[in-house]
Amino acid sequence: MTKGEAVARSKAPARPRRTANRRLAFGLLLVALGFFGFGFALVPLYNTFCHVTGLNGKTEETSVRPVGGVDLSRIVTVEFTSTVMPGLPWRFQPTVRRLQVHPGEPATATYLATNLSDARRNGQAIMSVSPEQAAIHFKKIECFCFHAQALAPHQSRVMPVVFFVSRDLPKEITTITVSYSAFPAVEEVASRGENQSER
Amino acid sequence: MSSAITDLGHHHAHDEPKGLARWLTTTNHKDIGILYMLFGLTMFLLGGVFAELIRVQLIHPANHLVTPEVYNQIITLHGLVMVFGALMPVTAGFANYLIPMMIGAPDMALPRLNNWGFWLLPPAAIVLVLPFILKLFGIGNGPVDTGWTMYAPLSVQGGLGVDFAIFAIFLLGASSLMASINIVVTIFNLRAPGMALMKMPLFVWSWLMTSFLLIAVFPALIAGSAMLLADRHFGTHFFSAAGGGDPVLWEHLFWFFGHPEVYILLFPTAGILSQILPTFARKPIFGYRAQVYSYWAIAALSVVVWAHHMFTSGMPVAGQLYFMYSTMLISVPLAILFFCWLATIWKGSLTFETPMLFALGYIVLFGIGGLTGLVLADAVADQQYHNSFFLVAHFHYALFGGPIMGVIAGVYYWLPKITGRMYSERLGKLHFWLTMIGFNITFMSQFFLGVAGMPRRIPDYALQFAPLNLVSSLGAFLLGAAQLILVYNIARAWAGYGQPATSQVWEGAHGLEFTLPSPPPHHTFDEQPVIA
Amino acid sequence: MLISGAAQAHNPFEFQTPVTPIARETLYVHDLFLTIIAVLFSIGFGFLIFSLIRYRRGRGHAPATFTAPRTPLQWALSALPILTLIFIDYVVMGIPAYHAVLSLANTRDDAGLVIKVTGSQWRWHYEYPDQGISFVSNLSTPASERDSGAPTDPNYLLEVDKPLVLPVGEKVRVLLTSTDVIHAWWIPSFGIKQDAVPGFLRETWVKIDKPGIYRGQCAELCGVGHAYMPIVVEAKSQDDFKRWVADAQTSAAQAAAVTTLSKEDLLKRGQQTYTTYCALCHQPTGLGLPGTFPPIATGKPFAAPPAMTDLLAQRGFFKDGKIVEGSVDRHIQIVLKGIPGTPMPAFDGQLSDADIAGVITFERNSFGNQTGDVVQPSTVKAARGK
Repeated sequence: MTKGEAVARSKAPARPRRTANRRLAFGLLLVALGFFGFGFALVPLYNTFCHVTGLNGKTEETSVRPVGGVDLSRIVTVEFTSTVMPGLPWRFQPTVRRLQVHPGEPATATYLATNLSDARRNGQAIMSVSPEQAAIHFKKIECFCFHAQALAPHQSRVMPVVFFVSRDLPKEITTITVSYSAFPAVEEVASRGENQSER
Repeated sequence: MSSAITDLGHHHAHDEPKGLARWLTTTNHKDIGILYMLFGLTMFLLGGVFAELIRVQLIHPANHLVTPEVYNQIITLHGLVMVFGALMPVTAGFANYLIPMMIGAPDMALPRLNNWGFWLLPPAAIVLVLPFILKLFGIGNGPVDTGWTMYAPLSVQGGLGVDFAIFAIFLLGASSLMASINIVVTIFNLRAPGMALMKMPLFVWSWLMTSFLLIAVFPALIAGSAMLLADRHFGTHFFSAAGGGDPVLWEHLFWFFGHPEVYILLFPTAGILSQILPTFARKPIFGYRAQVYSYWAIAALSVVVWAHHMFTSGMPVAGQLYFMYSTMLISVPLAILFFCWLATIWKGSLTFETPMLFALGYIVLFGIGGLTGLVLADAVADQQYHNSFFLVAHFHYALFGGPIMGVIAGVYYWLPKITGRMYSERLGKLHFWLTMIGFNITFMSQFFLGVAGMPRRIPDYALQFAPLNLVSSLGAFLLGAAQLILVYNIARAWAGYGQPATSQVWEGAHGLEFTLPSPPPHHTFDEQPVIA
Repeated sequence: MLISGAAQAHNPFEFQTPVTPIARETLYVHDLFLTIIAVLFSIGFGFLIFSLIRYRRGRGHAPATFTAPRTPLQWALSALPILTLIFIDYVVMGIPAYHAVLSLANTRDDAGLVIKVTGSQWRWHYEYPDQGISFVSNLSTPASERDSGAPTDPNYLLEVDKPLVLPVGEKVRVLLTSTDVIHAWWIPSFGIKQDAVPGFLRETWVKIDKPGIYRGQCAELCGVGHAYMPIVVEAKSQDDFKRWVADAQTSAAQAAAVTTLSKEDLLKRGQQTYTTYCALCHQPTGLGLPGTFPPIATGKPFAAPPAMTDLLAQRGFFKDGKIVEGSVDRHIQIVLKGIPGTPMPAFDGQLSDADIAGVITFERNSFGNQTGDVVQPSTVKAARGK
């Protein structure tokens, strides 16, 4: 290629080049916007991932029915604990410290909640299971944590969680700890936010 | 590489504005590059002041220079200012100034966007630091004080300073995206005839990968910050368990950005190193292709290893093993870069001017940063290192030892090109040695502090940590003082003192920018050179 | 060089003396890795220094021109360090690391004791669910030490009023959570650092070899008091531990029974509570800090943003730019519920009725305040419901 040709080539297409620049810049902007959207998409993706893998000790907030019978050959200890978050004047404790269950066998645990205040107070229990690998294997048939709970002044209520431990629980896990943290409910008891919608 | 330059030094008779108006409205890549670099230098000094305040506070236990509240604000601003205010802009400055000249382009592809991108930065810096100034006058409760990682729910709970920081991140993000898009378009569309991608200087390659990473990960941080803002003010619960959210999600979002960010800071200076070493070894770069492919590999790996910053936040065994082994994999392309740098020096004809000294210092210090990173990758041992001073020392070796040493090397290397004047070699060498001594005293002692069990981000500490903290503080004062030499050397050349620089500046220098006069004319390559 | 028994004089390259299996494993890994990277660094650095000396221009030879390996031998020599590194990563370091990860995750063997650790700004709450024991552990370094500028206390900032007591030789499962922000429970001698995340449960385990006192600190920035929430564990022999459990259960029962206290007892208790819970912000002098933390002493001017002074004024504690004496009931409510929108936390979950009664009595009769008010635990108990 001679010098003359090169100069001609580089000088002549000023307008097409400007168009090409804008097109590429616009494309890159779209990519950036895509990743911006991806940032938001990470929220549902992450939640799904947590629910599928039990990452973070999260459990499915839906009712599940046991299938496939009871595995009588194994016994799993399920321990219960609770935390009351600041701002909720509740006393909130498991009535039974631990249960021994067979995988696949439905069982019921109860928590006792008492509103210590003179006003109606709504609490939402958030559940977490440890070890994390066990979270997907802890299945709830019915749980007070599916809904926010309203307590009248000084009212006490026994709140049940009906659950079973999946037969797929890895063999090496013999003890599961179930924790409920009672938060002041963020929504009214009747209408609940989209983040915690029931399915 | 040989080149034919046409229309060299031809001055246009534009009526260009002078003074402040020139700098505000400029669309010239060299002007904007200089603005970026001056901005970065200013922020480097500001971040340095914060660093010195931290070390004064920690010079002995029970010190009362600042309250714990102000201490948290200072450490947070130190991190944000250094990462977003100093390092990112200064490397963007190099990109703007050099890339068009290196690839034989007349300017950046989108000059007006370039101007906007820069002028978003000063408002961002003001937004970030303003609450600190206001607090001095008794207004508000001060700037963001959550650490630069801004972990929720601490950042949800924090004062108005967090909102200011989030807005600053929006502005910085917009600025970085504009700069990155512009750089990619320039590199793809404006290369001189014959300048194939695989002929581009490695600095250009390094910035191409940096831009790709920025376009991919910065939007995720902006999205995360928007969620944080919504959690703080609009009643959402992305990061609060109360509403079905999860504080650990913020950590994922942040580090999905934050880990690649390390390489965003690193790449441009790795590129600078690969320009400087051949010059002073008088020998072509070793393993050009291997280095380019290493950039690709590092960029790709950097977006899939983020959770190694979160080993203590609770992770199943599979997650720990995955993030541990994938993190170890990054050591391979990095080792290839090191190998290529050492092989470039091997059998060269070496001289040790200041840029070369800083480049060699980079190899040594960043080497320590990288090797200690290998130790940190171990998920269980990380229980001892994480959030201890070992971690602080590690990332300062990685981020000062790498990027800042590289930037300083670059400044000394191209300062004569930009100003037309040589800096004082004697002072430059003094700067190097004081920096090396000061830096190692400051941060080597922090490795030992971390191993002994001192957590980071505390304004006061147990007595057993006192002797090493005193050593570290003394080192930091030396390190800080040494940087004034850099300011003097820049100012001196800028003011027109010192030996005039030749076009080539350095005897062993190659590349299109060294075919232009020093300083280069305002407009270069209006007609593109042809690369044979 | 770095591998040595932990029993000797403390080696600055090593962690604090390990007393659990995990800490020993971690120290082994640390020693191994540090040795490896020291060797790698020495080789790289040696190579660099050799090149710098051997190939400096002063020696006057012509620079080579190669840009890549050419002969098979050169390729092999180039590949060698990279392959060695992969071997080191995945075999020399990777295999011990794999075992360490599995052993840390092994909480499955049934533990002899379960404890629950709850982090709150800025203290640790320890609970023994099966023993019915529960208490809060606070920094006990006196403010005078912190203000002295030259502390002499050997355990400065690493001492608490009530340490966590654990038995030796028994596997203890540690459950962790938090009530506000993320904290991290770190004891170097145990090799354990685990985040406590609000709303989520985490677990880890320890099995301590020998009796002793082990100290650690919060390792995740959690606000102003981050440096002031140390962890102290007192490891006792099995028998001593059983005795401690029995004592703790008895004294808990006694404490619950106390309902009326003398003014002297209230003031004494109140001063302790104030020092532990209040003085970090409101200062040991009761004078607060301008702009952020209001004084407890009445009649003192307080300049702060209206966002804060308005909230104080609404509660009757602020007038004409000065702190004034508000009602006892409001005072109790502020301590119990905190002031939302300001750094003042709610103490209802952290302090007993007697502690709150004490601290309010103390505040209303100290720092120049002379109301003469005496608040009894029963008053606080009644106020909790409002």
